[in-house]
Amino acid sequence: MRLLSKKSLLLMSLVAIHVPILFSGLFAPYDVAEQNRDFSFVPPSRIHFTDAHRTLHLRPSVCSLENSGFGQYHENRDRCFPIHFLIMGSPYLLFGVFKSNLHLFGVEAPAKIFLMGTDLYGRDVFSRFLYGGQLSLLTGILATALSLGFGVLFGTLAGYYGGWPDAVIMRIAELFLALPWLYLLFAVRAFLPLNLNAAAAFCLLVSVIGIVGWARPARLVRGIALSSRERHYVLAARLFGGSDSYLIRRHVLPDAYAVIITQAVLLIPQYVLAEVTLSFLGLGVGEPTPSWGNMLSTLQQYQVLVSYWWLAIPGAVLVPVFCSYLLLASELQPRRTAIDA
Amino acid sequence: MKFLVRRFLHSVFLLMGVSLLSFSLLQLTPGSFFDEMQLNPQISRATVSRLRAEYGMDRPMLQRYVCWLESAARGDWGLSFAYNAPVAPLIWARARNTLLLTGLALPLAWIIALPIGVLSAGERYRWIDRGGNLVASVLLVTPELLLALGLLWLALRTRWFPAGGMASVVPIKHGAAAHIKDLVQHLFAPVTVLVLGSLPVLLRHIRSAMVDALQTPYIKAARSHGIPYLRILFRHALLAASSPLLSLAGLSLASLLSVSLLVEVIMNWPGLGPLLLEAILARDVYVVVGAVMLSGLFLVCATAVSDVLLFIADPRIRTEDLA
Repeated sequence: MRLLSKKSLLLMSLVAIHVPILFSGLFAPYDVAEQNRDFSFVPPSRIHFTDAHRTLHLRPSVCSLENSGFGQYHENRDRCFPIHFLIMGSPYLLFGVFKSNLHLFGVEAPAKIFLMGTDLYGRDVFSRFLYGGQLSLLTGILATALSLGFGVLFGTLAGYYGGWPDAVIMRIAELFLALPWLYLLFAVRAFLPLNLNAAAAFCLLVSVIGIVGWARPARLVRGIALSSRERHYVLAARLFGGSDSYLIRRHVLPDAYAVIITQAVLLIPQYVLAEVTLSFLGLGVGEPTPSWGNMLSTLQQYQVLVSYWWLAIPGAVLVPVFCSYLLLASELQPRRTAIDA
Repeated sequence: MKFLVRRFLHSVFLLMGVSLLSFSLLQLTPGSFFDEMQLNPQISRATVSRLRAEYGMDRPMLQRYVCWLESAARGDWGLSFAYNAPVAPLIWARARNTLLLTGLALPLAWIIALPIGVLSAGERYRWIDRGGNLVASVLLVTPELLLALGLLWLALRTRWFPAGGMASVVPIKHGAAAHIKDLVQHLFAPVTVLVLGSLPVLLRHIRSAMVDALQTPYIKAARSHGIPYLRILFRHALLAASSPLLSLAGLSLASLLSVSLLVEVIMNWPGLGPLLLEAILARDVYVVVGAVMLSGLFLVCATAVSDVLLFIADPRIRTEDLA
């Protein structure tokens, strides 16, 4: 027996990605809006284990930066500051509720630690990346919950009752599937308010992405409901006097359970990407609230794209996130045939 | 023929439904194109309300829908506020460029995906299958956004191909050949992103359709007759696997159009993408409706073409039709 199955390994990697983002206040050394106008477009800080005299230290340190003009920075190796762990810093709200000022790591002023460099305003990209991940991933997860909710509800109704509800629901679903996905998303987004504060924009994104995507899961669930209501044990339960809601809850939905889970795992990355795309194009959450999409949108300027590679990190992180989700989905999917496994 | 007629009526209903859906969404729109004018002290209230009346924005939604249907039947597809011109010519000028991109990317992606997919089904778990699977997986988890930005970065760094846009300044005296060469150079980056973005889905579907086809008894019979394996793969099994693939061909245009929207914006390609984005930001609603309808029309046409091909390729559908 193997110590770890592939599935649990993937789950662990997903947890490893999500935990720092969930506790972003703790992991981020600075506030998202904290600007350092003297340090715009600073490359990622170098972390030293040796001092100026080349003696080795166990405690890592960063050296203070000096702005030498024209966007050039150089380290002053004589002024190095140790990195402290679990130190008090700027106050933040954990999960938006609990007040705290504990940070996992940080350095004493005047030195600054920028693990992923800074942007135009000298804001710490690492902190913004963590907070932005909160927004992007949460949008994906909530929108998935929403569209699966609608999909399961309408899919079960259509499949279980058949007849005219089935016809009506499936015709409407066809409308949603008749357009290319991004066009549909744009169309729905186009008819909703443009300039919003962050919270409203977030709710809007979740509902737009969630509602646009309901048709595909609805189709899948309908197919399952259609076949499961004809099963003999369901017929038997109905003969015993089981009500419709009982039959749906106890027999039809459990049949669809595996498909719903797989769909959820498949939809989350797709919806995270939808958020990133919309915010990238300026139709999602706007500055100064960070999201992976609007952090990437500075790359639309050619000189930023060419000169400051660290601003692309929020985009590069999408790859491992998607990779874990999609691999997990393919692990969850029931094998078609034993040979093709 | 009954099959084709039914499909045609179905798609007409679908398009009508899409237009109804977009107009009922229109009802929800807060604000309009003319709101920004109200902020301008040089434009009087009376002018703004006169403009609103002129464009019919003060009339109820149903009336506007009927008007729009009339104008669509005339071939105008409504009026753009920002350009003060009928929507159809405006969109068509841009849609041509989008069609150029997707029309190139679609066959290219299939030309690349078909041999790899067929061979990896035939040589399952050999190097070509594993290699193809690896490439498909890597491309699947890389968002097209990143691919586009990466290619743009490469273009800016190396100057091997132009970064964005559709044409550079080529003097007219250099002739048509120079212009075409210039266009091809500009096409390279966006088409590459589109092809790479659609490859993984195509590869997987081709492979699984071929695996299904290869397990049928008649393929085994063909093999036992001693027909060369490559001939079996490409002449017999591919034909048997063609019907799910033909419907996929129509559907693959949908994802191509979606990706194209994004790629056009990133790479400044003067297609539907930038137009749609501008229209959304300016609240130019009829342009949005027109672009969305056009994308629906493209898809309907693509499905229709793949249906006809299916009708030609698959005798089962034809006999079903006769019965």
